[in-house]
Amino acid sequence: MNTLQQLFQRKQNNILSVYYTAGYPKLAATLPIAQALELAGADFLEIGFPYSDPLADGPVIQKSSEEAIANGMTLNVLFEQLKSIRPSVKIPILLMGYANPMLQYGVENFCKKAAEVGVDGVIVPDLPLQEYEEFYKPYFEDNGLSNIFLITPQTSEARIRKIDDLSNGFIYMLSSSATTGKSLNVSDDISAYYQRVKDMNLKNKLIIGFGISDNASFVRANQYASGAIVGSAFVKTLAGKDDYLAHIDAFVKGIKEG
Amino acid sequence: MNYRVNEKGYYGDFGGAYIPEMLYPNIEDLRTCYLDIINSPIFQIEYQDLLKNYVGRPSPLYHAERLSKRYGATIYLKREDLNHTGAHKINNTIGQIILAERLGKKRIIAETGAGQHGVATATVCALKGLECVIYMGEVDINRQAPNVARMKMMGATVIPATSGSKTLKDATNEAMRDWINNPVDTHYIIGSVVGPHPYPEMVSLFQSVISEETKTQLFSQTGSSQPDYVLACVGGGSNAMGMFYHFLDDENVQLIAAEAAGLGVNSGHSAATSILGREGVLHGSRTILMQTDDGQVIEPYSISAGLDYPGIGPQHAHLHKVKRVKYVAITDDEAMQACMLCSKLEGIIPAIETGHALAALENIAFKKTDVAVICLSGRGDKDLDTFMNYFKL
Repeated sequence: MNTLQQLFQRKQNNILSVYYTAGYPKLAATLPIAQALELAGADFLEIGFPYSDPLADGPVIQKSSEEAIANGMTLNVLFEQLKSIRPSVKIPILLMGYANPMLQYGVENFCKKAAEVGVDGVIVPDLPLQEYEEFYKPYFEDNGLSNIFLITPQTSEARIRKIDDLSNGFIYMLSSSATTGKSLNVSDDISAYYQRVKDMNLKNKLIIGFGISDNASFVRANQYASGAIVGSAFVKTLAGKDDYLAHIDAFVKGIKEG
Repeated sequence: MNYRVNEKGYYGDFGGAYIPEMLYPNIEDLRTCYLDIINSPIFQIEYQDLLKNYVGRPSPLYHAERLSKRYGATIYLKREDLNHTGAHKINNTIGQIILAERLGKKRIIAETGAGQHGVATATVCALKGLECVIYMGEVDINRQAPNVARMKMMGATVIPATSGSKTLKDATNEAMRDWINNPVDTHYIIGSVVGPHPYPEMVSLFQSVISEETKTQLFSQTGSSQPDYVLACVGGGSNAMGMFYHFLDDENVQLIAAEAAGLGVNSGHSAATSILGREGVLHGSRTILMQTDDGQVIEPYSISAGLDYPGIGPQHAHLHKVKRVKYVAITDDEAMQACMLCSKLEGIIPAIETGHALAALENIAFKKTDVAVICLSGRGDKDLDTFMNYFKL
């Protein structure tokens, strides 16, 4: 059982995950940000490995990815940096990014390296279910990595069941079909969708992401799911600040406590 | 050798649908019904009628006598430049707009490089009274101003893509992001044989009318439907796929695709994907793309906005790998000179994209009896500014 799976056994709700882009705003920021987030009370981390063409991301994460690449962030550099992340950071760590950098690194090699440095799981939005099952699943399983899949309000019940079967961490439930960083549309439709998926009694925990930017949206997500993920709102907090580490505690507390 | 797509959406090692889950319902919907819709009589009746009476098909197959004399072979031009809107792009948008109607979509989005696909999309949206949003790189908006004006006249909204190199790749990213955010009412008309399955197959099917007509026309003009050479230019590769489609299984027909070498293949300013690219994933399919060792996409360069793309369609990647098609790299200068030559010898001003295919004639050792067909994919009106600057006209 990896740290992520242990977390879900221990904690059933109000779980907060924070996403940030590795190598942003400074190349060396990856580790200090992780430490500061743990200290501030984040329950797990999603560290983005940047890609030049992030299709599922809005302007904030596009920009952080672009700057991280300009700062010199690559998968080699990231794995070098993460070598010393354990045990100074104890909460679960996921890597999030796009298929092409992972394919160039080699999926088998990527999974091996990730496990070596203490990563618990991976989120690759553009790695399809079909290819994962057919080609890559053994690499994830052999290295004890949870592969996290996304669902949206348009995902059919049959597909959600299939994703639930293939998942062994949590299900990343998108608040709406959107690119990252769009503000949440507070409508009855979304409540109906949250409730519909909640009522399916899936074996995996649900964590809601996209559009979570403040305490109100965090609390609302937790009515239906075990927790929520904040990404763009956090990356925006880091932007353009030399003392970015000093703002992390207030940000996390603001999300959790209002 | 099998050159066609398999049931999983792959051409050999290439293709598939590497898309975020948000796009899955749309792509799956399209995948399961596009062939049924396209093959239905009601679709075919409307499609054929529009191709004939609106687009002006069949486009002529013209025996270019002075070019023939110059190269010492019999050269034919497949005149896609004479289509309504001035390029081959409309063959695909006519098909996809009828499809979008059948799917009940109310809003159309598209990416464009040179603006030809944007114009062709705006055209069919005007024809059908559907909302139209075109994403176009900021750099391309500046170098293809007349096409931007055309789109606007036909009621389209043109949104500049301001990320990355601000060209076709970035316009494609923005269109895909739009589709993620508008999954229910919107259809994305991809303009090339790129993107997740079934797009590459669907677009090449709509463009295959080019080679279908060519075979019939060539037979009636020469008594044989098989030329020795077939040439076309490749950015993403839609006119080439349409031009090659019905010749793929005629193994004695040599197929040649001209890529944009820009300032030179190794100059750092190029779009010669088949030489500079490696296998990976771009815009939803596994293909060959120009990328760094770390898997970041490299910004392409070409003087022609339509070939300024860091990848090629997955079927091209396959045809390259199995060596069914020969990919050659043509520099900006070679393409521009070929445009001038065609203008002077034949009274036909081709698009700069097409100039790359024409320039490839220079490197073929023709026998006198050889017959070559070139896809004259578009007219050069949109490129007049570039010609004026380049040739100091």
